[in-house]
Amino acid sequence: MEAVVYFLHAAIVAGTPLLFATLGEIITERSGNMNLGVEGMMLMGAVIGFMVGLNTESATLALLAAMIAGAGGALIFAFLTITLRANQVVSGLTLTIFGSGFADFVGQDLVGQIAPEKLRMFFRPYNIPILGDIPFIGSVLFRQDVFVYLGYLTAILLGIYLYKTSLGMNLRAVGENPGAADAAGVNVTLYKYFHTLLGGALCGLGGAYLSLVYVPALQEGVTAGRGWIAVALVIFATWNPYKALFGAYLFGGLDIIGFRIQNLGINVSQYFIDMLPYLVTITVLVVVSMRKSREKAGPKACGIPYFREER
Amino acid sequence: MAMPITVRVIKKSEPGRIKAASIRIGAIVLALAASSLFILLLSLNPIDVYLKMIQGAFGTAYRVKETIVKTIPLVITSLGIGIAFKMQFWNIGGEGQIAMGAFAASYFALYMNGMPKPLLLLVMILAGMLAGGLWALIPAFFKAQWGTNETIVTLMMNYIALKWVMFLQYGPWRDPNSLGFPKIANFPENAVLPRLFGVHIGWVFALILVIIVYIFINHTKKGYEIAVIGESMNTARYAGINIKKTILIAIMLSGGLCGLVGMIQASAVNYTLSVEITGGVGFTAIITAWLAALSAPLILIVSFLFAALLEGGSYIQTVFGIPQAAAEILQGLILFFVLGSEFFVRYKFVLVRKHHTVAEKGVS
Repeated sequence: MEAVVYFLHAAIVAGTPLLFATLGEIITERSGNMNLGVEGMMLMGAVIGFMVGLNTESATLALLAAMIAGAGGALIFAFLTITLRANQVVSGLTLTIFGSGFADFVGQDLVGQIAPEKLRMFFRPYNIPILGDIPFIGSVLFRQDVFVYLGYLTAILLGIYLYKTSLGMNLRAVGENPGAADAAGVNVTLYKYFHTLLGGALCGLGGAYLSLVYVPALQEGVTAGRGWIAVALVIFATWNPYKALFGAYLFGGLDIIGFRIQNLGINVSQYFIDMLPYLVTITVLVVVSMRKSREKAGPKACGIPYFREER
Repeated sequence: MAMPITVRVIKKSEPGRIKAASIRIGAIVLALAASSLFILLLSLNPIDVYLKMIQGAFGTAYRVKETIVKTIPLVITSLGIGIAFKMQFWNIGGEGQIAMGAFAASYFALYMNGMPKPLLLLVMILAGMLAGGLWALIPAFFKAQWGTNETIVTLMMNYIALKWVMFLQYGPWRDPNSLGFPKIANFPENAVLPRLFGVHIGWVFALILVIIVYIFINHTKKGYEIAVIGESMNTARYAGINIKKTILIAIMLSGGLCGLVGMIQASAVNYTLSVEITGGVGFTAIITAWLAALSAPLILIVSFLFAALLEGGSYIQTVFGIPQAAAEILQGLILFFVLGSEFFVRYKFVLVRKHHTVAEKGVS
């Protein structure tokens, strides 16, 4: 039993960077922009967040910087695809290439450094009174670090925003049918810019969790493909922030299951275990696409640039 | 009555070829200017850096050959990826397809090398192309059957292929004679592609493939069908094109070309299989294919220039101590500018005087 609690606890920790990136991409795609630069924005957030954290020893400033870095990457994408109507797929891929170059370059002298003591103390697991004492659930969910709690909060707030506010409804309209939203008086360009940047900021946070809390040190290519898994998780979660919670923690579990399997004395090559998250991602995508239903499809206008004059 | 003047963006009816080309060249010049700012930030003289880059790519006969060796995999991979992109099938699994092609070719080079040299090389080429093609066929099948998002599946398969090669390198294929260093044994001499004019024969393959792909895309029925699917699935369906079959064939070809690159790199450049076999070509080729507007002849030119950029880039690393990552940033910057410039190729700005006519008032 204790082993199960320990495993689930660790799965949530491993799933937190995925959660932020997935939420970021959900909000981006809801505005009709498919930004495949998640991996790049996460890397930018990881390195800038780490750098600021190292120099200021302030968690708030570090997270803020990571968000700005991610949003900065998203701004390049937004300008290219929204204002200049460039191809979204290629722009996103380029952002990933640029972001990983940027991160390697900026972080070259910091690679291998460990996150400062003060920050590690700040991000140590914190037992929430009462909730943390609930048997089983409390130990899994409410004895986590502040960043994990921020993840719960972000998912719930985004869910409320999307489904319960008029701004969220406008956003969904922009993603489904920008022409109609435009006609109804919604500023399509503004909505697209804002949510693409917000999405980038969340991806930056996801990266910062890796370098500041999860590892906690700066490594080259610290994301190791998590940005891409997040893009797949958006489909798995059917663009729903609440389901993203479940998906991200499930994949967090897959990420760490390798060590457990080997601890159980089962003799499988490390390299095959490393394939697991990727294999499961493919399986999930195929299964989701096989039983495609109307409500499970993504925002209809996702991936298509909007141009008022060409309606 | 006041007639306010506003700027409107309208689509150009038919962008002139020369004008389009000059806009794109302008974008590259702007990208170089932006890169200069970046180089200035490194407190270096941009002119010096660019001159050294040119020297690094073309300075001596040896360097020119090295640039050509770098061009070969880029050209062939870009051709392969270009076929898929033409169909709006986002094959970003070039890395994995190259790795699997190299794996299959290496199997024959290492364990079935008793054949005469020409036969062995032919078998290796076919095995490489088949492995790359089959590896690409998996996401293509999912896409054709259920519309599964190919971007992510092809990418996930890169990681799987690389882990597979790692498994071989650190496990069953590890050379026992390599004294603790995890590497696979070098190929025997009869598994190495011959040279022609000092460069391995891959350059001949690349040139022939440019011509074949050009003819395939522009002058065959299948090539035309691929372009139609890329333009609009509905049009293709309406025209009675067998979409599933065309997707499978096109992606098999796309992956087959990437697989061939794996064979060439293993046989003629690395003389063995390793996790470094792809060298990021699968990703760089996405950029070159797009910059070349998916046109086979342009792919040849752009790949050569890009190989020069990479070769020059690695030279300035040693001369100025600029890290490898700087080259990636430059690549990203150049592509950002070219992507943005497409807007000015397709659209133009016009000044319009707003006439408040009766009809318009009637509408509002």
